[in-house]
Amino acid sequence: MSHAHTQLPDDERIKSRSRLREALIRPELGGIVGTIVVFALFAVFAFDSGMFKSQGIMNWSQVSAQFMIIAVGACLLMIAGEFDLSVGSMIGFSGMMIAMFSVTLGWPVWLAILVTFVLALAIGALNGFIVVRTGLPSFIVTLASLFILRGFTIYFPQTIERKTIIGGVSEVAQGDWLAAVFGGKILTGLFTWLGNAGLIATFDRGLRKGQPVVDGVPMLIVWALVLVVIGHIVLTRTRFGNWIFASGGDAQAARYAGVPVNRVKISMFMFTAFCATVFATCQVMEFGSAGADRGLLKEFEAIIAVVIGGALLTGGYGSVIGAALGALIFGVVQQGLFFAGVESSLFRVFLGVILLCAVILNTYVRRLITGER
Amino acid sequence: MTSLMKHLALAAVVAAAPLMAATTASAEGEKYILVSHAPDSDSWWNTIKNGLALAGKQMDVQVEYRNPPTGDLADMARIIEQAAASHPTGIITTLADYDVLSGPIRNAVDSGIDVVIINSGTPQQARDLGALMYVGQPEYDAGLAAGQRAKADGVKSFLCVNHYISSPSSTERCQGFADGLGVELGNQMIDSGQDPSEIKNKVLAYLSANPDTDAVLTLGPTSADPTIQALEENGMAGDIYFGTFDLGEEIVKAIKAGIINWGIDQQPFLQAYLPVVVMTNYHRYGVLPGNNINSGPGFVTADGLEMVEKFAGEYR
Repeated sequence: MSHAHTQLPDDERIKSRSRLREALIRPELGGIVGTIVVFALFAVFAFDSGMFKSQGIMNWSQVSAQFMIIAVGACLLMIAGEFDLSVGSMIGFSGMMIAMFSVTLGWPVWLAILVTFVLALAIGALNGFIVVRTGLPSFIVTLASLFILRGFTIYFPQTIERKTIIGGVSEVAQGDWLAAVFGGKILTGLFTWLGNAGLIATFDRGLRKGQPVVDGVPMLIVWALVLVVIGHIVLTRTRFGNWIFASGGDAQAARYAGVPVNRVKISMFMFTAFCATVFATCQVMEFGSAGADRGLLKEFEAIIAVVIGGALLTGGYGSVIGAALGALIFGVVQQGLFFAGVESSLFRVFLGVILLCAVILNTYVRRLITGER
Repeated sequence: MTSLMKHLALAAVVAAAPLMAATTASAEGEKYILVSHAPDSDSWWNTIKNGLALAGKQMDVQVEYRNPPTGDLADMARIIEQAAASHPTGIITTLADYDVLSGPIRNAVDSGIDVVIINSGTPQQARDLGALMYVGQPEYDAGLAAGQRAKADGVKSFLCVNHYISSPSSTERCQGFADGLGVELGNQMIDSGQDPSEIKNKVLAYLSANPDTDAVLTLGPTSADPTIQALEENGMAGDIYFGTFDLGEEIVKAIKAGIINWGIDQQPFLQAYLPVVVMTNYHRYGVLPGNNINSGPGFVTADGLEMVEKFAGEYR
């Protein structure tokens, strides 16, 4: 086939483009440029602050990984043409459910996690179902779930336990196989070796004297990378990925072409709920407690990361790798400002300005290379 | 051409000045970072910021204030980790939730950074984490003392306006008050949220649904200020028994006007100021007080308000 292909005369409907240009025209290019700029800036202004030592790297990596997990879900949903504003509330809700099932009701932790995932997927499906059935903007529908879920997250522990933070998850999660998948650490041997070799910082005192301060890669980061890779492959290499683009580009045209738009959208709502629950589970397993205020405003942070990463708010265009880079930029900027010693009351001003710059740069780069108006 | 160059050079210096200032100051002196759990919207923490800044100036050390913008405690844990990674001389932090914050705090202590726990948490928890000391007001005990005082004044039922329901220490205050009165907390605590008009309307709604409520307890300026307005609006001001935690400008005025019977002052100024002084002296001369410091509770009533009034919202 490919042999026959090359022998065809040039088709006048296909514009020829150079290889370099082909390689550059990607939604994630802006994200790549932004990442380089951000790292260069902090390397200049915060190099001596510990930001690029093992502890500092782990700090912004974890924050970025958190953003990445919810950004992957938000990105695919946005490409499919919808929003989910209930991500933050879903994080609080899922975390609380895991804590209540395992601590208050005394279920084994793996069961608590599995039931919570089923519950979250059901809520995601309900969100999607309401959106496709009523034709209402997803903005409004998920805004309602934002309030409903947050309300339950405060109500349940408040009525049952008389408090809004449920602790003690670490104790019951001890030795649980599924808890380790979310809260464990890998490569601990490597880090111990690095610590012994004096390559990374170790504790100076206490029971853990001599052990490395950073003793492994948390599963949070592994989850983020796995979700990014899977999301990227599904979006760019599968038929389902094409359906996602088609549903967000022009839903009606996609329907005529036989794309099951409703099913695609509902499954994307379920996927954002899944990502939010992964976030929540990692958080609960790491910190050992669930609180009613967890995940506040995270839905906007997810959307910001996705937009920095080059996706269009209107749907039909974007990339998972771009969203991941957007999450990295957001995380590095947020933590980097602390390292650079920026006055704390001006912190949000800086954050806002830098994020705006990142999006403008990104849009500019994209227009430059795609020739879009 | 040369004048253009001069302008450019000047602009570069001006732009770089704030960053230069930060780096040169840390090069020669001690540096202390205070991490709180308070969301940006909570005005009470202004006193903490002022106390911290004053101590930094008087002791000639560099100080920084950090908080999670939305009050999300998991974000606060990251901030503590970040603070430890930047290797300051000491960290001063609140302990709003032991489960979430104990890991990062212990990591900081073990990597050689001295830690003082302030405001929330307990002296016992501070000891368990290897902190130097605890500076604060035990919340449940303060609530209990307030409840006993109110009981002596004839109070039998109350409304607790909780504007920060996700923090366990807020609930402990209400619980302590209920126990001091010897009644069940039950539905007498409401989740008021942080928005002033929302708080006001919730208080009005509760009091019209439960007109025979004896007393109102608020947990700080965020809930007290709108509650004062609500009571003025429904005519209960000066009639209903009104106690509050913490002080602020409006609260002091209301105490003076006879609307609020008493305010519990935990003296946040001391919680920010003393740890800096204590740690600086510890790091310079190796001297350390042998015990924890209770910054409160002290009851502020209409008597002797002058000093409080003068510095309310700033240092009181």
